[in-house]
Amino acid sequence: MAIGMRVRAGNGEIKVLMTHPSENGLRKDAKTGQLVPAHFVKNVVVAVNGKTVLDGQWGGGVSKDPYLGFKVKGLKAGDKVAVSAEDNKGDKGSGEAVVS
Amino acid sequence: MKAMRRNVLKGAGGLGMLSVAAAAGLLKPTQVLADWNSAGFGATKPADALAAIGAAGAADSKDVQVKAPDIAENGAVVPVEVTTSLANVESIAILGEKNANPLIANYQLTDFDGFLSTRMKMGQTAYVRAVVKAGGKFYTAAKEVKVTVGGCGG
Repeated sequence: MAIGMRVRAGNGEIKVLMTHPSENGLRKDAKTGQLVPAHFVKNVVVAVNGKTVLDGQWGGGVSKDPYLGFKVKGLKAGDKVAVSAEDNKGDKGSGEAVVS
Repeated sequence: MKAMRRNVLKGAGGLGMLSVAAAAGLLKPTQVLADWNSAGFGATKPADALAAIGAAGAADSKDVQVKAPDIAENGAVVPVEVTTSLANVESIAILGEKNANPLIANYQLTDFDGFLSTRMKMGQTAYVRAVVKAGGKFYTAAKEVKVTVGGCGG
């Protein structure tokens, strides 16, 4: 299943919100008592006008529906922001935004 | 399979060098993104995690600030903000010192402008630590967060 993603950019900041369970593999299912298998986003890459500004790695300790916000020097209106992500099952997601 | 390839191309399209490398067959699609640091994220002690990302000698610094709630009622979602006045920031790592796997996130950064925010899980009261690499050196700061309901399961 593709990783859902929303990207916004403006005022020098890029904000990314994903839709993902982010299971760390340590949580037990309340009904079955079985461990819920690990399922979390491992890599997130953010580029501005084709130049990578953030190359991130995540573990299972990132909250469900992961959020990432950060400020980038020189970000200006019209710049194109592209975000891609991949989880530990190989599912991918991507999102884009134009800086407002 | 075809759709997957399309996604890979789309994802790599904004990455310049990487897409060139992928097109040249130097990288398999699954390796387009940087290798995940399994030693770092698999570590169960903060010191081991720091060693795995090369930050064992990180020095306490007032130029790094960690902002997080004093008390987190819901350990599943703890907002963490890292602010730094350091120039030439190359990377930022975030750790929950008592998490089963302390390393939460590790970001390589270019043109970074001093502020990064994310949300993490915490199982119990602990220090949240940020490690900033700038100018080839590691600097660190931590903030204690009291957790009333853990968010790591188990």
